[in-house]
Amino acid sequence: MEIKKTSLNKLHQDNQAKFVEFAGYEMPIQYSKGVIEEHKFTREHAGIFDVSHMGQLFVYGNENLTSDLEKIFPLDLKNLQQNCSKYSFLMNEEAGVYDDLIITKLKDGYLIILNAACKEKDFEILSTKLSKKYKMELNTDRALVAIQGPKSVDILNEIINGVKDLTFMTGNWFEFNDQNVFVTRSGYTGEDGFEVSIINDEAEEFTKSLINKGAKLIGLGARDTLRLEAGLCLYGHELDLNKTPVEANLKWAISKERLSNGGFVGSDKIMSQIKKGAKQIRVGIKPEGRLIAREKTKIFNLTETPIGEITSGTFGPSVNGPIAMGYIDKEFSKIDTKILLEVRGKKYPANICKLPFYKKSYVKGVN
Amino acid sequence: MSEVKFSKEHEWITLEEDVATIGITKHATEMLGDIVFAELPEKGSNVEKDGTAGVVESTKAASDVYTPVSGEVVDINQSIVDDPSKINEDPEGTAWFFKLKMKDTTELDSLMNKEEYEKFAKESSS
Repeated sequence: MEIKKTSLNKLHQDNQAKFVEFAGYEMPIQYSKGVIEEHKFTREHAGIFDVSHMGQLFVYGNENLTSDLEKIFPLDLKNLQQNCSKYSFLMNEEAGVYDDLIITKLKDGYLIILNAACKEKDFEILSTKLSKKYKMELNTDRALVAIQGPKSVDILNEIINGVKDLTFMTGNWFEFNDQNVFVTRSGYTGEDGFEVSIINDEAEEFTKSLINKGAKLIGLGARDTLRLEAGLCLYGHELDLNKTPVEANLKWAISKERLSNGGFVGSDKIMSQIKKGAKQIRVGIKPEGRLIAREKTKIFNLTETPIGEITSGTFGPSVNGPIAMGYIDKEFSKIDTKILLEVRGKKYPANICKLPFYKKSYVKGVN
Repeated sequence: MSEVKFSKEHEWITLEEDVATIGITKHATEMLGDIVFAELPEKGSNVEKDGTAGVVESTKAASDVYTPVSGEVVDINQSIVDDPSKINEDPEGTAWFFKLKMKDTTELDSLMNKEEYEKFAKESSS
C-alpha cells in the first residue's frame, strides 16, 4: 500500500524532517535540532505538531444520537454542554479498549478525534453500533494541527482572534482566511495548547504563520517524550484490547453518574472491577541512575518474582532522567515501592512513582 | 598516533603503540539522535573483534556498540556515562568510549580509511 502523506508533508521536508512510517503515514519523527531540544522548546515556548493523521469523525444527529452514544461511551453526554470535550474510550463487552478518543459536542452532532492506527476500524464499529442511523463522516478534507506550550495562547490568538477565551477541553468555530476552523483548547503534552482542525488547502499557510510568530515544528519523537512525562496513555502501549480503563487507572474519565447505572458497552466488567479491584494497574516507574527500560521490559519484586511489564519507557528531557509506565500487580503499585527491571539480562532497581512525572499546566475553566 | 580507521558498525579507532582508542562516529550519532545513556565494558575484561562492547541509547532506541578489534579493556571514558550528551557534542574527539591493549595490531588492516568510510556511510544511509 502506498504511504499516505499529510497536507504539511512538503513543509516538513523544507524543515529537514527525518521521516518514519506511522500508521500508514509518512510522519516527521524529528527535525534538525533533535528530540531533546524540540521537547524543551515545547515546554518553554510553543511547539507545532502535525496530527493530521488522526481521525476526525463527525457524527450528525440530535437527542437520539446522544442517547445512542451513551450506550457506547461511559459519558454523561446528555449533560455535556455544546462545545465541551471529554476524553473517553471505545470498548468491547469485556471493557477492552479499541481506542481512546476525545469527543466534543457540536451544535448538530459530535466530533470524535481518533488514533490514526484505529480510525478505520473505529468507524466500522461505530457505524454498526449506531445501525447506520446517522450521517457519519471520517473527514479527509481537514488537517489537524496542534500548538502546545506556554506561548501558544499568545501566538494563536494573534492569528485566530478569540481563542484565548477558550478554557481547557472546550472548543469553537473560528475563521482563518475566510475558512471555518474548529479550535479546541486541548492537546497531549501536559502543556496549555490548542488543536486546530483546518481545511487541507489552508493548513500550510496557517502553520507557516505560527512559525512566523515564533513557534517551531516538533516531531513524533518529542511528542512521545512529552506525553510520557505528562503521564498520558498511548494506544498500543498503555491501552489495547487486553486492558480496561480501570486497569489503566483512568476511572476518572468514566462519568460518576454512568458508573452507578451502567448501560454502556463494557459496563458490567467495569463495575465489577471497581468493586473487586483489578489484578494489575498502570503505574509510573523511575529507574534508578540513568538506565532506560523500554516497552516489554519485565518487572520483578525484590524476591525476583515477575510482577508486571513496562509499556513505555524513555528519557524524560524535562525530568532529566529515565521514566517509564507499566502494568504491575496491584499489591506492588504503592508509590515508592522498590522493584527490579530486567534489562539486557540483568536486574536493576527502580521505584514506583506518582504520575505525572511533569506537572501539567492546563488552563481550566470554572466548571 | 596511527591514521584513524573505521568499521562498518560505525566505530572509529586509533592506535598508539599497542593501545587502541575506540569510539562511535559522528555519522552514527547523527543516525541515533540525542544519546541519553551509555554503557561501557568493564576495565580489565577482554573483548573479541566484532563482539558487543557496550550500549548507547537515544530517546528512541537502544543500539549495541561493537569493538572492531580484540583486546583487554585498559581504560573507559566514565565522563560519557555520567553525561551521555557529550557523545553528540564531540563523538570523534573527547567522547571516546574505551581503550584496548591489542594482541594483534594487524586486525586494523581490514578496516576502512576515512575516505572509504565516508563513502560507505553515505551509501548505507541512502
